[in-house]
Amino acid sequence: MSTVTVNPPQATTEENPLARLSPEQLDAIGEEFDAIRDRVMADLGDRDRRYIESMIAMHRRLAILGRVLLLASRRRSAWVAGTAALSAAKILENMEIGHNVMHGQWDWMNDPRIHSTTWDWDNVSPADAWKHSHNYEHHTFTNVRGKDRDLGYEIMRIDPEQKWHPVYLLQPFYNLLLAAFFEWGVAVHDLNFEAIESGEKSKDKVREELLAIGTKVKDQALKDYVAWPLLSGLAAAAVEAGLALRETRTGKRRSGGLAGVAGRALRRGLEGSRETVTADATANVIRNAWAYAIIFCGHFPDQTYTFSEEEVEGETRGGWYVRQLLGSANIEGSPLFHVASGNLGYQVEHHLFPDMPSSRYAEVAPQVKDVCERYALPYNAGPFGRQLGMVQRTILRLAFPGGKHRPKPGPYVGEEG
Amino acid sequence: MPETAATPNVPPRRQRALQALRSLFTPLLPDDYLELINPLWSSRELRGRIERISPEADGAVSVLIRPGFEWSGHLPGQYLRIGVVVDGVHHWRAYSLTTEPGRSDGCIGITPKLVPTGVVSPYLTQQARPGDIVRLGGVEGTFVLPSPPPRRILFISAGSGITPIMAMLRSLDRADAMADVVHVHSAREGSGVIFGERLREICDRHQGARLHLQLTAEQGRLAPVDLDRVCPDWRERDTFASGPGEMLDELRAHWQEQGDPARLSIERFQPIVGSEGATAAGGRVRFLASDIEAECDGNTPILVAGEEAGACLPFGCRMGICHTCVGRLRAGAVRDLRTGELNETENGMVRTCVNAPEGEVQIEL
Repeated sequence: MSTVTVNPPQATTEENPLARLSPEQLDAIGEEFDAIRDRVMADLGDRDRRYIESMIAMHRRLAILGRVLLLASRRRSAWVAGTAALSAAKILENMEIGHNVMHGQWDWMNDPRIHSTTWDWDNVSPADAWKHSHNYEHHTFTNVRGKDRDLGYEIMRIDPEQKWHPVYLLQPFYNLLLAAFFEWGVAVHDLNFEAIESGEKSKDKVREELLAIGTKVKDQALKDYVAWPLLSGLAAAAVEAGLALRETRTGKRRSGGLAGVAGRALRRGLEGSRETVTADATANVIRNAWAYAIIFCGHFPDQTYTFSEEEVEGETRGGWYVRQLLGSANIEGSPLFHVASGNLGYQVEHHLFPDMPSSRYAEVAPQVKDVCERYALPYNAGPFGRQLGMVQRTILRLAFPGGKHRPKPGPYVGEEG
Repeated sequence: MPETAATPNVPPRRQRALQALRSLFTPLLPDDYLELINPLWSSRELRGRIERISPEADGAVSVLIRPGFEWSGHLPGQYLRIGVVVDGVHHWRAYSLTTEPGRSDGCIGITPKLVPTGVVSPYLTQQARPGDIVRLGGVEGTFVLPSPPPRRILFISAGSGITPIMAMLRSLDRADAMADVVHVHSAREGSGVIFGERLREICDRHQGARLHLQLTAEQGRLAPVDLDRVCPDWRERDTFASGPGEMLDELRAHWQEQGDPARLSIERFQPIVGSEGATAAGGRVRFLASDIEAECDGNTPILVAGEEAGACLPFGCRMGICHTCVGRLRAGAVRDLRTGELNETENGMVRTCVNAPEGEVQIEL
């Protein structure tokens, strides 16, 4: 049985709640969480299907709206609106749809189009590699130091027990780069350099994965930086040529003949293309920064615990649940915020039930809190600004040697006020 | 991956246009956007719209479906996999096509009968409405009317076993090829004869056609020996029989004893696996993806043995139709439980739901 319950953890500065639960308590907690999951999974039906289908339809409408606005943009306002719609589309597609479909949350529908085995997302990270590193590695070994590669993504010191290295002095800087180019970070992270170096990952496998990334990068770049800009350029040039010809005919302006018309059209066409390139790049960066912010708030705020490999040796199902609970933190927000964050504001619920449709997390949250209250366990949560602030403070502080675990909130005691 | 629909016959020009636009929509397809306008436009999976639902006797309904793209055709007697969404979940079932090929309206029809404990038939018979979208899978089945049709035919059907026979009768009717057809159909009572009216109409239209209706509640069941009475020249006819397994077993035995078994074709609706008595030697199956090993006897499909041993395996129809369950055979040989056919193609794809191992087997699943 678990060594966790016999030997209290040595290295942490505060008591890890996992250590004081008896094997019987852990089993009971495991049964309670299993029961919550079973109730929801047995109840899935039309209502849930309508939800994900409406999200997918909304993504497609937003994407079309954004593209059309950018195609037609001769004004700054159209560019801003188009970029906003496209950013929203990319965020929705990556977070509430892509992430969750690839988790298998919608596999129960048996729909070949909305299925973890067939879904691909609007992102440079290939679906298969991501599913392995995220669904399997991160969700299985959540917050286990040395095993969960998402703990600081191998490039950041996010926990005081990670050994300091001078390179971490640069982390406040590359933290910002990572926010802007998060999808690239994820794609590279999924390659798992450690496994490549140790030889755990074969050369063929690495080649295969690099090829997959290359294909994704090529397709994404072709779409965002060649095909749509080209279309925008052609549309802008055609409109400009039309205007110029009309002006020539009505004699409003001397245009310098056909050459003049062509020159104007060409200039405007290039401008239109450039505007779409910047719009697409902006939308990608906005999506990246948003995904970064939400995901960093999932496990790195002060409230969360990390675990040593010894602590989780021989872990039971109940122990796994409690570790997920302790290692994750929610973000409080409106229903719109939760959709925009792919319901990862319910990070705790997501980690307890990774394959439960995300639309059900809000509904099970009170039941999860109830379990926390009865077993005197924490239920980590806070408003977005505060959570993100804590993460940034940690990143700055731990760039330097030393550092301590921040104080923990203690057991959940029900809704205040 | 879950069971999928058939690929539609998209006109080449349209296919090229869609292909050209791909890079604008990656990783999605232009399809994914066009579907918002009309779900029938999907060029990845063949869909159909329910045009009409008409009640038939005995809790059955005839569902007329318009395929999204030109129907690639079927042979009278074949069945179709059809996918419907019931309470959010895709379900697939195979139903005999009851319409003849080549209808001028381009539609196809099935006639499901209500099975109260089922999922799909209650949906189709009670909930589905014209305008609903269904998914259309492949057409399969070897119980078909040959072309050209035999000169002298005997159809034997019982209950809802009439469905594939109906497509054959309609096809013969349309081709005016009913110079010598006898149809022996059994139903419990007169009011419960599926297609009752239409069977009589078709028969009345052709001089050479004769219908014998056996109402079993009053007249008792028709035994194979009764054929000497209702169709004395049965030995000289090509016979197509469709109905309960018990009836088919009796007919098969009768033809073996007194007739020419080669001239009897039968349709069984119920799986199929093992029912023809095909068995394999059995053996140990190793699933390479999960590294799980299962002991599998010669009557059990590899899929079932794997699931019992705790392997998580893909599955679909469980009757050898949909190819969802296929895995690559890395070592050993398997036998098809429906046909008894041996397959030892190394690296060949194997349908785990209808194959049992012939000795030790390794499969990439």
